[in-house]
Amino acid sequence: MATLIDENTRIIVQGFTGKIGTFHAQEMIEYGSKVVGGVTPGKGGQNHLNLPVFNTVKEAVQQVGAEASIIFVPPAFAADSIMEAADAGIKYCVAVTDGIPTQDMMTVKNFLRRFPRKERMMLTGPNCSGTISPGRAMLGIMPGHIYIQGNVGVVGRSGTLGYEAADQMRLLGIGITTSVGIGGDPIIGSSHREVLEKLEQDSETKIALMIGEIGGPQEVEAGKFAKENMSKPLVAYIAGLTAPEGRRMGHAGAIISSAGESAAEKVATLRDLGVTICPTPSMMGKTVAEVLARM
Amino acid sequence: MNIHEYQAKEILTGFGVKIAEGGLAYSVEEAVQRAREIEGDTWVVKAQIHSGARGKAGGIKVCKSHPEVEKAAEALLGNKIITHQTGPSGKMCTRLYIEAGSKIAKELYLSFLIDRSTERVIMIGSAQGGMEIETLAKTDPDAIQKIYIEPAVGLQDFQARKMAFALNLDTSVLNHAVKTIKGCYRALRDLDANTVEINPLVVTENNELIALDAKMDFDENALFRRHKIAELRDKSQVDPREVAAAESGLSYVGLDGDIGCMINGAGLAMATMDMIKLAGGEPANFLDVGGGASAERTEKAFRLVLADKGVKAMLVNIFAGINRCDWIAEGVVHAVKNIEMTVPLVVRLSGTNVEEGRRIIAESGLPIITADTLADAAEKVVQARNEMSA
Repeated sequence: MATLIDENTRIIVQGFTGKIGTFHAQEMIEYGSKVVGGVTPGKGGQNHLNLPVFNTVKEAVQQVGAEASIIFVPPAFAADSIMEAADAGIKYCVAVTDGIPTQDMMTVKNFLRRFPRKERMMLTGPNCSGTISPGRAMLGIMPGHIYIQGNVGVVGRSGTLGYEAADQMRLLGIGITTSVGIGGDPIIGSSHREVLEKLEQDSETKIALMIGEIGGPQEVEAGKFAKENMSKPLVAYIAGLTAPEGRRMGHAGAIISSAGESAAEKVATLRDLGVTICPTPSMMGKTVAEVLARM
Repeated sequence: MNIHEYQAKEILTGFGVKIAEGGLAYSVEEAVQRAREIEGDTWVVKAQIHSGARGKAGGIKVCKSHPEVEKAAEALLGNKIITHQTGPSGKMCTRLYIEAGSKIAKELYLSFLIDRSTERVIMIGSAQGGMEIETLAKTDPDAIQKIYIEPAVGLQDFQARKMAFALNLDTSVLNHAVKTIKGCYRALRDLDANTVEINPLVVTENNELIALDAKMDFDENALFRRHKIAELRDKSQVDPREVAAAESGLSYVGLDGDIGCMINGAGLAMATMDMIKLAGGEPANFLDVGGGASAERTEKAFRLVLADKGVKAMLVNIFAGINRCDWIAEGVVHAVKNIEMTVPLVVRLSGTNVEEGRRIIAESGLPIITADTLADAAEKVVQARNEMSA
């Protein structure tokens, strides 16, 4: 089975009736995702895209059995929507919204920690492209057609760089079990390590590809986890070789602000931890192919 | 978003932090006037630029008389100050802060920032102030005290006292130290700051605890609810190209190379720049055009990249997801026709409707070099750049 989502996962869209929510809900439905409704406070009882609209996430969970949600709510209100999903019993939430204040995310993470681990909602994002299990379900904004089904698990911060990796693999005939975008913000729902834990547990995933970038400690934490706890090989690429220190490179979290956060330092540490490094971003597919061939 | 020292001091004063008497000056006359208003026999003339390490760079001058203040102001105003943080281009000084000289008994370090690994606010202090904390972390890590703050309950008095004792503060200033420490924390929490740094925090010979310098950096994503903070932005301290980019909704960072870049997505942009470097070139900029790369936006991005006269070749790399390559190709063709390009252009398109996109570029009759893969694109743009310089 695919990890996180599959064709039976019952999905709702938070910010359903807005322009962006509507567009991506349609794309997800066309892909084959089981979208069962949406939430827009104040529009409960209406129909949208032939699906029911609810005032609260709780109602969606009770009435249509929602398990996963995707958030297209504007940045000022997005943190609140994530906490509402967690409170209502949603199991997996993807926050696509870009521009959520860092302190709001601190509040969200603190709120989530209050749930016992087993009952805690998994969150990926914000500022991410979502999650896809090719051929099964798409909970995100990615172009579904560039992904083919296979046995590589992918985790990455960036949207388009993840597409680039999927496309390189597709051209080599390599498919994906699940690809997870974790987002480019300083504080995010799930780290590279937390997604690798899921990929390690997934029986169909044979190998993992991590696409990281400058800033923060997460890629190195993931490398340590892989060395100590993973039976599957880990391949990694770290973007931002040319990024100057102290400058924010597009993503709010892509900034070298302390020792060990540059691309060169991360690559050196990961290599020491036994991770296979893609020498260039154009060789992500090829490096995965080489490691697969050796297995 | 960074702000100036005088602005940070004004904010922190509101949270109970003591500072030396001082005033702002935009001209030499104003500088002397401020010094006249401040009693005493020593004045410090401080260049207001968005950078630390101003002292070593000559941006802070201690003066013993009003004529000295005049001389110092003349030397600083309207000049660029180059510190190791500003890079070789420096930062223009258009404002001065004139402050009463303090008789310093002890220099300390205090800062608050959001720690990404614990997802908490961390308070950092050291009894050895005045030097950069990064240097101290390397030379004497044991001299640094770190205290993590639980987000739900906030900074507690016992934690503030713990820090005060770690700073070797005398019990006579303990109450004020707790007030200062809690004030800095509240400023960070209440105003959505990423950092509050007081370096140095000093104990004067009169046994007063004052913030001799102050630095604050704010979360850009929270400015929508911090209007007063947003008004403190000083555009003169930011690369004008970045200001223009932000006004067009583009994300741009100017660099020192000569290959201009236009890419969609921050991660792909960084990866493309890496590829240029690996192919033997140097990128002139980071530029993320974002998801909806309309013809209008594409043209703005082209103008921005080409406004840098150092650019000798340009690379466009777009991975069309929700976008379509044919729309992007039309935007590129439109932009190239509108702007008289004098440097070679390499375009690499992939993703949705790629064949149609490539056909539009090929049939445009414009001298656009096309590339299929990321590696191919980087090699072609470096080659084009080398031919331009040859």
